[in-house]
Amino acid sequence: MTQVSMTVNGQSVSGEIEGRTLLVEFLREGLGLTGTHVGCDTSQCGACVVHIDGAPVKACSIFAAEADGAEVTTIEGMAAPDGTLSPVQQGFRDHHGLQCGFCTPGMVMTATALLKENPKPTVTEVREYLEGNICRCTGYHNIVKAVLAASGQEMPAVAAE
Amino acid sequence: MYDFEFERPATIADAVAALGDEDAQALGGGQTLIPTLKQRLAMPGKLVSLTAIREIRGVCEDDEGHLCIGGGTTHAVVAREAADRFPGLASLAARIGDPAVRNRGTIGGSLANNDPSACYPAAALAANATVVTDRRTIVADDYFQGMFTTALDDGEIIAEVRFPVPEASNYQKFIQPASRFALVGVFVAKFADGVRVAVTGASESGVFRWSKAEAALSRNFTPDALSGLTVPADGMIGDLHGSPEYRAHLIGVLTKRAVSAAT
Repeated sequence: MTQVSMTVNGQSVSGEIEGRTLLVEFLREGLGLTGTHVGCDTSQCGACVVHIDGAPVKACSIFAAEADGAEVTTIEGMAAPDGTLSPVQQGFRDHHGLQCGFCTPGMVMTATALLKENPKPTVTEVREYLEGNICRCTGYHNIVKAVLAASGQEMPAVAAE
Repeated sequence: MYDFEFERPATIADAVAALGDEDAQALGGGQTLIPTLKQRLAMPGKLVSLTAIREIRGVCEDDEGHLCIGGGTTHAVVAREAADRFPGLASLAARIGDPAVRNRGTIGGSLANNDPSACYPAAALAANATVVTDRRTIVADDYFQGMFTTALDDGEIIAEVRFPVPEASNYQKFIQPASRFALVGVFVAKFADGVRVAVTGASESGVFRWSKAEAALSRNFTPDALSGLTVPADGMIGDLHGSPEYRAHLIGVLTKRAVSAAT
């Protein structure tokens, strides 16, 4: 067992881990932050995306020990302390960007990273950036609409391809 | 996954020492190795993470004009920082995996693993990059030795990859729609003294150079120069995603597209 320390959603945390403990296991089981989901556990689906030092990463494919000293943000860190949703979260709520909701934490984290890099993405850019996030309910159309809304843009009035 | 010891050294020297143990395995960005460990397809006694070694991260230019990329540099950083100097390489890096994978996966990890469908081997071979390790330098023509096989010794670490910068280059990737790996990928690089063409995804022997196309394109760098040139299907990969004949055909198509995009 080794000691790991990091900042999670602005708070310093530490814990005892094994070398093989994945970051997502440390977040969920060590810290009780169960908003970060494990879908495929093979880095395909993106349900486990968190930000490490500001960049989106799949928490199922990094060991907790590799995040030692890092700044980690999870879905629990997205809303303001008073509960006000982030623009991306609000977009998902307003545009019905989820059905079962399992993929939503990862979608919100990836979409938030996109808007930081590219504040006014096109529909194509949104779809490409979400390539590593899989949703089996929505057909993606409302997710794209939600991300565009969060960027202050409206969905172009064309049928989905 | 199986249990193992875990070390995260901060220098190349400490990493080489840690990798001296029998059964030790280097861990780059982990985007291939961690899923492999979960499937219990690998069982190292000790993992040595290279992610804390600052001296093998970053992109710079040396006195001879080579683009030098630290072995621990992520695809996302290469996509950003090589864009002005070597756009063909930056564009390749920007299409590996997805954004989250590109924030972890590294050029050194990709080249050390030498997956037969990986993108970076095509760029390294087409540009005749030099792989700089903790102990020696290896030119790309000597480095790639077949599927998942390289000239690296056990415990040898890729510190840097040094790319000659071509006058023009382009990478065409025909994706396998489920995995998004290259079903076939072709990297074309035009230098003052000739053209090099490297093909990934297609051959059972891993990345290779298409020398007939190189000779034709060195005389005349246009898609028409490739008319009538074909690659034999012998030795090409055949699986449910494509037959050997299909892959051989794609090599010709993608090489023409790459030349067309580079001119």
